[in-house]
Formats: sequence, C-alpha cells, structure tokens
Amino acid sequence: MSGTGDTRSTSRRPAAWRRANLPAGAAAVLWLVIVAVPLYILVASTVQSRSTYLENGPLSLPTEFTLDSYRRVLEGDFPRYLLNTLIVTVSCAALVIVLAVTVAYSVIRTRSRTSRRIFQLFLLGLAIPSQAVIIPVYLMITELQLYDTLLAIILPTAAFSLPVSVLILVGSMRDIEEEQYESMALDGASPARVLWQLVVPMTRGGISTVGVFSALGAWNGFMFPLILTQSRENRVLTLGLYDYIGEFRVDIPALLAAVVLSIVPIFTAYLFARRQLINGLMGVGGR
Amino acid sequence: MTTLSPRRTGRPGIAWAVPGLLFFVFFAAAPMVIVGYLSFTNWDGLSDPSWSGTDNWTRLWNDDAMRQAIGLSLLLTLLTWLFQTPIALLLGVWAAGRQRNRAVLSAIFFLPLLASSVALALLWKTIFDPNLGLNAQIAEWFNLSSADLLGSPRGAFAAVLFVTAWQFIPLHTLIYQGGARQIPQSLYDAASIDGAGTVRQFFAITVPQLRNTIVTSTVLMVVGALTYFDTILILTRGGPGDATTIVPFLMYRTGFQAFDLGYASAVATALVITATAVSLLLVRLTGFSKMRSTREGI
Repeated sequence: MSGTGDTRSTSRRPAAWRRANLPAGAAAVLWLVIVAVPLYILVASTVQSRSTYLENGPLSLPTEFTLDSYRRVLEGDFPRYLLNTLIVTVSCAALVIVLAVTVAYSVIRTRSRTSRRIFQLFLLGLAIPSQAVIIPVYLMITELQLYDTLLAIILPTAAFSLPVSVLILVGSMRDIEEEQYESMALDGASPARVLWQLVVPMTRGGISTVGVFSALGAWNGFMFPLILTQSRENRVLTLGLYDYIGEFRVDIPALLAAVVLSIVPIFTAYLFARRQLINGLMGVGGR
Repeated sequence: MTTLSPRRTGRPGIAWAVPGLLFFVFFAAAPMVIVGYLSFTNWDGLSDPSWSGTDNWTRLWNDDAMRQAIGLSLLLTLLTWLFQTPIALLLGVWAAGRQRNRAVLSAIFFLPLLASSVALALLWKTIFDPNLGLNAQIAEWFNLSSADLLGSPRGAFAAVLFVTAWQFIPLHTLIYQGGARQIPQSLYDAASIDGAGTVRQFFAITVPQLRNTIVTSTVLMVVGALTYFDTILILTRGGPGDATTIVPFLMYRTGFQAFDLGYASAVATALVITATAVSLLLVRLTGFSKMRSTREGI
C-alpha cells in the first residue's frame, strides 16, 4: 500500500465538450480543480517528512520522497482498526443481502395487502435519520448486553441499510417475466428453489448494488460506532481516525497518511464495482 | 432458509419477509416510537429512565440554544440547496453527454463520495488549520478579515457549507446524470431545428424535464443537511461558541456528553418533526406524489 496516487495527471487534457453546453463544461473544469487540489494536498503531504511539511506548507511540491508517515500509522493500532472495519463491513453486507432478498422476494411474489403494507413500511423507513433513533438504540444495545462489541455496530447499521436495499431489489425483481416463474412452478419447484435458481441469478446486478451500498455505508459509518462502542479492541477505522486528531496533533503527515490508508481499500473496491455503484445511484433519480 | 409451505404455484409466503421485517422494526422503526416515550422521561444513561411528564418539552420550548440550533439547521439547509443544486445540475447534465476521459474524470469526481465524512472532515480541518493550512489564501478568497477561518463564527459556518458541498455534490451530480440520460434526444433535435441555442435548450428542455429529479435530489439534500453530524463534530465541534451547533450536534452534546438523555430525546424528536415537516412541505409544493407512483406500484 504505497501512497503514490498521482491526481494531477489528467487535469491538463482538454475534455471534448463539443455540443455539450459551455457553462456546464466550465463548471466541470472548475469542479475538477476544486476536487483535485485538496486530494493533491492530501497525498503530497503524506510523502514528505514532518519537518519539510512544516517548513514548506501544504501546497509545496514534496522535495524528498518518504513513506515514513505511513510506517508510523501502520505500526500503531491501525491494522486492528482495519480488521474490525472489515469484519463489520462484510457482516453488514451479508446480513443486508440475505434479509433484503427474502423481503423483496416475498413482497414481489405475494400479492396481498400485507405485503404491500410491508413494502410501504420500508419506504417510510427511507426517511428515518439515524440520529433520531440513536438514543433508543443505545438503550436497546445496552439492555441486550451488546454494548462495546462489534455486533452492536453491525446490527443497527444493517437495519438502516435495509430500506434502500429492499427498494433496489424490488425494482430489479419486477423485471423477471411471469412465464419464467410459471415454468418453474410447473416443474414443482419450491419457493426456495425458485429463489435460488431463478430470482438470484436474474437479479445479480441488483444484489451486487445492494452489497456495494451496504458495504460503503458500513465502512464509512461513524455515529453508531462512536456511541455504541468504547474500547480500543472494538474500534473501527472512522473512530480510529477521530482519535488520531489527538494522537497525531503535531504530526500532520501521519494524520493524513491514516486518512489515505482509510480510503485506499474502498477506492480499490470501487474501481471494480464502479458500474454497480453508479447504476444504483442513478436509478435513485428517475426523471 | 427452510422451505415454507411449497404451494403448487411455488410462491413464497409472507413468512419470507418476517426476518427482515422484524430486524428492521426492532432496530429502526420501534426506536422511533421509543424516542418519543423517552422524551417524557428523565434519564442519565445509567439508572432507569424515570417519568417526568412534559418537563423536557417545556424546557425545549423555552430553550434559546435549541431555538438557535433550529435556526442554524434551517439556514444551513437552505444555503446547502442554493449552493449545491446549480453546480450538481450543470455537472450532471454535462456528464450525461459524451466526453473522452469520462471514466478517469468520474473516478476523480466521485472520490469524495467514497471517503467517509470523518476522513474528509479531517482533511479539511488540516487544510483550514490557521497555522499550518491553506487558511490565509482561503480567507482571501472568501474576503474574511481573519485568517483563522474555523475560529470565526461566519467562517466556520461557511466552512461547513463548503466541505459538505464538496462531499455531496458528486452524489447529486450522479442523480442528475441519470435523469439527463433519460431525456429523449428528439426534444433537442426539434429545438435545434427551431433555432434554439444551447442555453435556451437548457432552460426550456433540460430543466423542465428534470423536474422530478430535482425534487428527489432536493429531498435527499434537505434530509442530509438537517442531519449533518460527523463533519460538524470533527471540523468545528459546534463552535466557535455555538455558531455551528445544529440540531443533531446539540442532541449529541446533550445526550452523550452531558448525559441528559431524556432531554436529548426531546431534541431528537423535534429533529424528526422538523425533517418530516420540511419534507412534507416539499412534497406538497412540488407534487412529489407524482414521483412516488414511479417508485411504488407493485
């Protein structure tokens, strides 16, 4: 994991915006600068030593290249935070996929008033802000004796990913033709077999989108870990970063190296799942 | 997953929805009700909550800090919308067209969307640092007298506005990009034949066609802005003074730093009421119900 991402290499090439409108093109270029400069500062700060950073300031070109700041971060508790975050992220994504697929399958295939009600409840759930319920969730987690465990993060985080996941999956399951269900039913297939052999393969795109979304949410989650865990052993990355503010107060390169290290895994995953993420997000808008 | 009553049709029953439903109700829906109950109690987080009647609510009604927090939240929401919407709309429409390098550009554009609010707030806190950061230049751009951006009430508020825009404009850009892709090309062709220029086409075709997208994006923006928390905690800690203490941060401070969880529950309930009221108002004003039908309709 080296921090050599060069964010400048693309900014010089003129994008061809023939036919597209000029104000938007200008906004795009301006926005590229606004996005790229802080990212440049981020990466450039981490590859110089503490003393050069203090002397030359954030916008300077790194004169001597060093990965010392990354070493300082990785020698601390960072690997443990990373492992905890991985556990939380993978468990959340798995839990959300299993629960959302079964809910969506039932909603789509059971044409009853109850199933419509269930779907509406999940739609309403889209609007619940997690801040609004953090106090009762804290009470429940304490009562369940789960306070300060990774499970305390996993359960509510997954619950809050469910509404949008159910929405996405109901959307993609709707596209399966009725005839396909019928032909499987003629073969005497059970609901479980229909789910496994027809619905899951046909909605692979939707399921990946749901997985990407819930993983991203869990990876970046902050409020639930902040309030529901306490000890160093159960700390996740976001919380670790928050603590680094004190720990690396005068060591800006190390602080920012921790920021870079927290983004690199999710960015790598994004490069592979980009299409799923973007399709999922664009599906939100409608016209 | 055991097989549940395989009928001749091979249809699953409602039972399939039960695990997910229970889970959701337990950790998200039921707490909405419980927080309302807790707002009528006195609770320090250690002993059991004790009933205190409407004490918290009377206190809330007369609380200047709360009043200021609601005002700040609403102001932040309004400015967020005014700031983010035009940029996201333009960028989204631009990105819906055909450009070379779009994959590379979008990878850079969307990087802020992938990073956590915590990571980004930390980055910006460093950049805004009065001694080590870019502050002097930033202060010049925003025409502020003090170089300590986060140290001045207005500067800190502007910083929150800017950092959250930096983080969330990519999301709204994507939403607009998706909407713009669905506008039929024939509309533009017809307008070109009539001699309408690019700007004219943008206002006469693109914007009206994106009506529902604008509503969706607005609702997401409003609910988002009313619930900003991570950024505030790291970037400004609600300060200087109370200059950036918006409702969610006030709730956190009251509940988990002062351990007055009963009162914090009242604040949380007020937050839900505010958010719901604003969303409903938007729905009424813009005819959001038309959009709902494309989402529902099983």
